[in-house]
Parts: sequence; C-alpha cells; structure tokens
Amino acid sequence: MISLADYQGKMPAWCPGCGNYSILRAFKEALIELYIAPHEFTIVSGIGQAGKFPHYLRCNTFNGLHGRTLPVATGIRLANNKMLVIAVAGDGDCYGEGGNHLIHAIRRNIGVKLFVHNNQIYGLTKGQVSPTSMEGMFTKNQPFGVLSGQLNPVTLAVALDCSFVARGFAGDINHLKGIMKEAINHKGFALLDILQPCVTFNKVNTYDWYRQRVYPIEGEYNPEDRLSAFKKSLEWGDRIPIGVIYINRRQTFEERIPFLKDRPLIDHELFTDNWSESIKKALDEFF
Amino acid sequence: MDYTIKIGGEAGQGIQTIGDSLAKVFSRFGYYVFTHQEYESRIRGGHNFYQIRFSDSPVTASKSVIDILVCLDNESIKAHKKELTLYGAAIYDSKLTKESIDDNRFLNIPLLEMAERFGKNKIMANTVAIGAVLGMLNFPQEVFLNILQENLGKKGGEVVKLNKDSFVAGYEFAKKECLQCAFTITPSGKPKMLMGVNESIGIGAITSGCKFYSAYPMTPSTGIMLFLASKAEEFEIIVEQAEDEIAAINMAIGASFAGMRSMTGTSGGGFALMVEGLSLAAMTETPIVIALAQRPGPATGLPTKTEQADLLFAIHAGHGEFPRVIFAPGSPDQAFYLTNKAFDISQKYQIPAFILTDQYLSDSQWTIDEIDLTKYKHTQYRIRGEKLESIKDYKRHLFTENGISFFGIQGTSKRLIITDSDEHDEEGHITEDPDIRVKMVNKRLHKKWPLIKREMGLPYFYGDSDADIVIVGWGSTYGVIKDSIDILSRNKKIAMMHFSELYPLPDSEDYMNILKKAKKTIGVENNARGQFARLIKTETGFEFDSIINRYDGRPFYSDLLARSINDIIG
Ligand SMILES: Cc1ncc(C[n+]2csc(CCOP(=O)(O)OP(=O)(O)O)c2C)c(N)n1
Ligand SMILES: [Mg+2]
Repeated sequence: MISLADYQGKMPAWCPGCGNYSILRAFKEALIELYIAPHEFTIVSGIGQAGKFPHYLRCNTFNGLHGRTLPVATGIRLANNKMLVIAVAGDGDCYGEGGNHLIHAIRRNIGVKLFVHNNQIYGLTKGQVSPTSMEGMFTKNQPFGVLSGQLNPVTLAVALDCSFVARGFAGDINHLKGIMKEAINHKGFALLDILQPCVTFNKVNTYDWYRQRVYPIEGEYNPEDRLSAFKKSLEWGDRIPIGVIYINRRQTFEERIPFLKDRPLIDHELFTDNWSESIKKALDEFF
Repeated sequence: MDYTIKIGGEAGQGIQTIGDSLAKVFSRFGYYVFTHQEYESRIRGGHNFYQIRFSDSPVTASKSVIDILVCLDNESIKAHKKELTLYGAAIYDSKLTKESIDDNRFLNIPLLEMAERFGKNKIMANTVAIGAVLGMLNFPQEVFLNILQENLGKKGGEVVKLNKDSFVAGYEFAKKECLQCAFTITPSGKPKMLMGVNESIGIGAITSGCKFYSAYPMTPSTGIMLFLASKAEEFEIIVEQAEDEIAAINMAIGASFAGMRSMTGTSGGGFALMVEGLSLAAMTETPIVIALAQRPGPATGLPTKTEQADLLFAIHAGHGEFPRVIFAPGSPDQAFYLTNKAFDISQKYQIPAFILTDQYLSDSQWTIDEIDLTKYKHTQYRIRGEKLESIKDYKRHLFTENGISFFGIQGTSKRLIITDSDEHDEEGHITEDPDIRVKMVNKRLHKKWPLIKREMGLPYFYGDSDADIVIVGWGSTYGVIKDSIDILSRNKKIAMMHFSELYPLPDSEDYMNILKKAKKTIGVENNARGQFARLIKTETGFEFDSIINRYDGRPFYSDLLARSINDIIG
C-alpha cells in the first residue's frame, strides 16, 4: 500500500495560504488512488514558486531551467516511454518564457502531462505581470496597468488540437484530484491549467474572486466535440468552467516510433555482440 | 600523379552530383582523394564550386591550381581560368556559357545537346560531364559504370542505359576532341572509404552508443542530423528536429538524464541559444555531446563559408564556472575517434563535451583506408537495476573523492534520481547553504578538473624532430598545414604541431618545450585574432612569433599557405 507518508518531501517554502499547498495535496491523493509509487514517475519542473513542487514530494526529479520544462520532459519521455512524466510549471514559465515549446509539445502529442500552476502573476520574482494577468491590472512594472491582452491557454490548446485540455481550481481539491487522475490516465499530451490564488502578489484574482466564478462542467457536455470545446474554452469572466474541456485520442509521438513499441529506449541494449558487425556494415557503405 | 579537378556553376546545376560521383570513382579505384566545396546561401543561381584533388599518394588539402576545369556557367570561366595550369584543360558548353573561348586549353562540348540525344533529358548533362572528365583523363570506364549499376540498378534497365549512353557519349567526345589532354593515370591501390566529417561524427556517435540526437537545422552542422536520421531505423536512434536550439539541447539533456547517450549539433548562432542549456548540463552533471560546426559570424555572418572563430566562445560559453572538454578534429578519422572520446569523457565525468568543426571541414571529403574499431571505448558508466537498488542510501550528487557520483537510471529500481538547476545538496534538492555550495563547486569543478586534464591527448607532431620552425594549428587546418610542411621541408628544418584535443590543454611539458626550443613559432588560424594563440598565452604564457590569419570566409590552400610561411621565415 502506498500512503501519504511515502510522498513526504522537504518543508515547502511557499507563503502561508498559497494555492500551491492544495495542488500538492490533490496530487498526492491522485497518486495514492492510482497506486503510483515514487520511483514510477518523474517530475520535470521549471523555475518559479511552482517549480519547487517536486522537492516537496518524493519522486524522480529534474528541476530544470525557467521555461524549459517541456523539452526536458520530452527527452525523458522518449528515452523511457514507460515512465510517467509530469511537467510542472508556472504561468510565466510555460506561457511566457517557454511558450514556443508548448505549441510544439502539443503538436507532437508527446505523452507528457503538463500541470500549470496559473496564478496569473510572477510569484517568485515578486509580482510582475504574466501572460495570463488580466488586462488593466496594476503591478509594480505596469504603471498604466497591463497593456497586453490576456492569454487564454485553454483556448490556445483547443485551437492547436491538443489531445487533452482541462482546467482545475486549487480551491477545490477533490475536483482537482479527479482531473489530475484523468490527465495522468490520458495517453497523449495533456494540459492541465490550474487556477492558483497567489495570496501575496495577486490581489485581483483571489480565492473569493475565483469561488464566485468557477463552476464544474457537468451534464450533457461532450469533450470530444471540438467546436463545443472551443466555445466552452472561451468562457472567462463571470463564469469560468473547470473540468475536462477537450479530448482528442490521436496517436502519440512515441506510438509512431516503430522501435519503441516493445520496450523503451533505455532497455535497448547498447554494444551487443553484433554491434561491431553492424558498424562495419555501415562503414562499408563508404567504399 | 597529383591532379585537381574543379567544377564550377550555379546552385542547382548539379555540381554536387558531378563532384560526388567523380570523387567516388577515384576513391573506389584506390586513389587518395580530398574534396572541398564552396557555395552560396541560395538554392538557385550564384556561383558555387566543387574541387577534387586525387593522387596515388596521400592528400590532405586543396591546392590553388587546377588541372581540369568544368565550367557550367560563364562565371566559372571568369573566376577560375587563371587557376588553370598551362598544361591543364577545361570544358564548357557554349550553350550554357553563352560565349566561345579562344584558348586552346578550353574545349567546347555540347553537354546539353548530348544529354537530350543520349539521355532523353537535359538533366543528363551531369552524366555527360562526368563522362567527359573521365574521357579527358583516359580513365577506365568500368569504375563509373559499376557504381552506376549499384546506385541505379534498382530503378531498372532503362534508367541505367540512358545514364550509361550519356556517360559514354561524353567520354568518347572528350577523349577524341581534347587535344590538350595528356594526363597520365598511374596504377591504383585498394579501394578506399570516402568520408566527410559530418558523416564520421555521425558514425562515431553511433559507434559510441548515441541513441538520441535533437537539433535544429543550421549549416554546416545539418549533415550530422541527416546522417543519423538515415541510420535511425537501423540503429534505433531517436533523431528529432526540435522547435529551436534551446529545445534541442534541453531535450538531449532530458534524454541523457533518463539514461540515454545524447547529442546535439549546431553552428554559432544556434549555439548562442543553447548556452543556458550548456550551463544546465553542467549544474545537473548530465553528460552531453555538442557538435559545434563553425561558420563566420557575428550574427548570421557568411552562412555557407568557413571560419575558426568560435573557439573562445565554446571555452567561455555558459554562466558560472564548470568543466568542459573541447575536441577539434582535423580529418574524418580524427573526428570518428574524437567523437567516441567526447562521449566517453562526458559520460565518465558527467560533463559537456564539444566537437568543434567548421564549414571547410564539414563539406570536405577524405579517403580513409580503414577504421580500427578495436580502438574505441564503450564503457557503460551509468548504473541501473539491482546494482542501483543495492545502494541503500543512494544520492545522485554524493560527495566523493574524485567528484564523480554514481548516476543511476531512473525507473530501473526503487532509487530516486533527483537533480536541480538550482544549487542542490547531495540528494539533488534545492539549497542555499554556503558550505554545501562550496563543496558542490569543489566536486563539480576542482576535483574533476585535474583528472580531465590528464585525459587529453598530446598534439600531433609532424616533420623534422629537431625543427627550427614550428607551425602550430588546430582543428580544420590539420591537412593544409601538413601539406605545406611537405612542400617546405625540402629545404627547411620545419615541423607542424597540431592540436585536436585542445581544451583543457594537455597536461604535459613536452610540447611546450618543443615550442620554446624552436627558433620560430608560427600560428595558423582561420580567424581574425588568433584565438588559439590567445588560449596558449593565457594558459602557459607562451607567445607565438607570428600568426597567419585568414578571415575572408575561405579556407587556406596548401601552396598559398606555404608561400605565406616562406614570406615570414625568409
Ligand atoms: C532565463 C530566466 N529568466 C528569468 C528568470 C527569473 N525568474 C524566475 S521565476 C520567474 C517567473 C516566475 O513566474 P511563474 O513562472 O508564473 O511562477 P510562479 O513563481 O508564479 O509560480 C522569473 C522571471 C530565470 N530564473 N531565468
Ligand atoms: Mg505564476
């Protein structure tokens, strides 16, 4: 049996009341319910408050550079496509610094699950604007308020035909745990954007602000219908949907590589007996 | 026998096809061959050339004079007529050049017309030209015809026949009409391999167990990716074109962290984008091999030309202080050997390793007799499975005597592999503790560095062992310096010292003593400020007496280099 104690990591250095605590809690519970042991998955994180996430757990960890979670996660997943690979990033990390990688990870449909702790602000660097900050919001480096439009990552992902798109809310641990499990069980690339109140630097998008607006998607909704997913993704303002917004079960990148079918790359034996024979054959082509 | 053939024309005219075919014919026949190319950054038009030197004794560089010139456009006549020797011969098609030349060395040959008549297609003009050149040399026809059968046999008899007829038509025409042609073909040796440096880096990587290559196309490094992609299925290698160079290096680092030998390749501008990733590899002690194929900068510079101006960049790139090794092969066989060494050292010490080349080297081909596969290392340094499991208190960045900690492969046991781009403790968790910080820097840098230095091979010494004059070069100038030493050693006590393992400089006094003893030391570098000379000066205090620089984007030629050396030593 796996229990919460198995995931006991370092003491978090987040602010008291930070939405990240609930995300951590939901994630641990999801792991327990899915019987995933610490050595069975890898977290690749970036730099920011969100990037510290894996240190507060016990798991294989690559805490890389700001903005570069997805390429590292892609490399790990290709080297070992039996490993569950989760990328954890902040909104600045993933939608700002690393935006290009997001587009291409979605295109590849690499089997990586991306959890974005979206607090609509740069937390670690103390409160600058993020791509998801709301227009007009005032921050220390935005004397005229945020001038650029707000990025809607969910709409972007649906537009790119991302194979799994969902939104969660740190204030609803049970619901969040559920979609984390769905994301983990989905075989292709999954984007899970998590609304995460930042109690220190974002005085606009507070727990109350979110609570008044979020509602779980229920009933007739069919996430496999792209047009209605697109429509759903555009809802932002008075009402903000949370839950699985879009699913598309296309082949993954790994599935298209013939020699990964039977076993992951890390189990391909190097330097076998006929290795130097095959090298000799390759060299013969130069004669 | 030592002849040089030059084929000039516009991009898209098939210069490469003609050049590659002729080079293959000569190496297959058993001659030593050296080829190099100059081209422009465009797909059609402009002026490009392909130069082939072949001989019955080893050749390692191009000469500036030519024996046979093939002009596919008028520009080729203008640009290269002066390079043709008095006894040389040239062919052109006045339909292509739009004028006739009144020079008894120039033969007008209807390439296009013969192509349409014998090959039923203008495109066959290339095959006619190949025939014409071999006809001028009075070279046995079968060598080419056999290669033709091998390459096109699958496409059926008709394709082979059209090619053969075009070839023979060109051959017979030139043999009969070239009155100037008096070339002698000597008997040949065993067939030789003909290889370019990008291919040999590729095959070196495969031999070393490389399973992952991610890169973004950039001349002149792209050939490595293309070669590995052509072998991806056979050797089960993942070759991925990343969205940019930042992704390329980070993917390779990810794959390496997870347990695969990984590599990336690029040129200056792309490497500039990779620099933060380089520092990441260093901090997380994740092995990575980077092929850096130089071209002239700054910025986009001369995208298809050559330069050796990124040595100091490669040495200093990356924020923070960390070890790295830099190899700069001078030939395909050195590239093969050093690619293997780059993999081995980067795995052993868990550090980044570079293979530094340039456009000249990347687009050259050389003949090689044989590659000795028994010389290559393939030690598996990573630990996995039961062995990893048996380490009860496994820590990824454990402090050790030599600074090297066991690097486990995650997922093969219950042990967790943890690392961080932040400063971290032995387990791999983020920390700001000053004592741990100092110990970690000592582990990564100070403990490994002296061991790494000891791994570096000595420079290659060639020529008079008691030389008065020592010519020093690195990387791609190997062949051209060697060739000019051969020219100059007839009446001078001269030698070459060539560095292909150049950073850190090898840990030995021997080569410094040779330099100190020489009456004159001359550095030769394809850059503007003598970057290797600066490295030597910084590391050892020694200064060369003179430096010969070339930075017009073109390579050195051995006869011209010999003349420049002569001018200095008088
Ligand atoms: C290349 C680079 N640029 C800038 C930084 C500084 N930096 C660290 S975290 C961060 C932004 C953090 O915001 P976000 O990604 O939203 O994470 P959060 O702290 O809000 O969880 C920045 C700009 C860096 N570490 N690396
Ligand atoms: Mg943020």
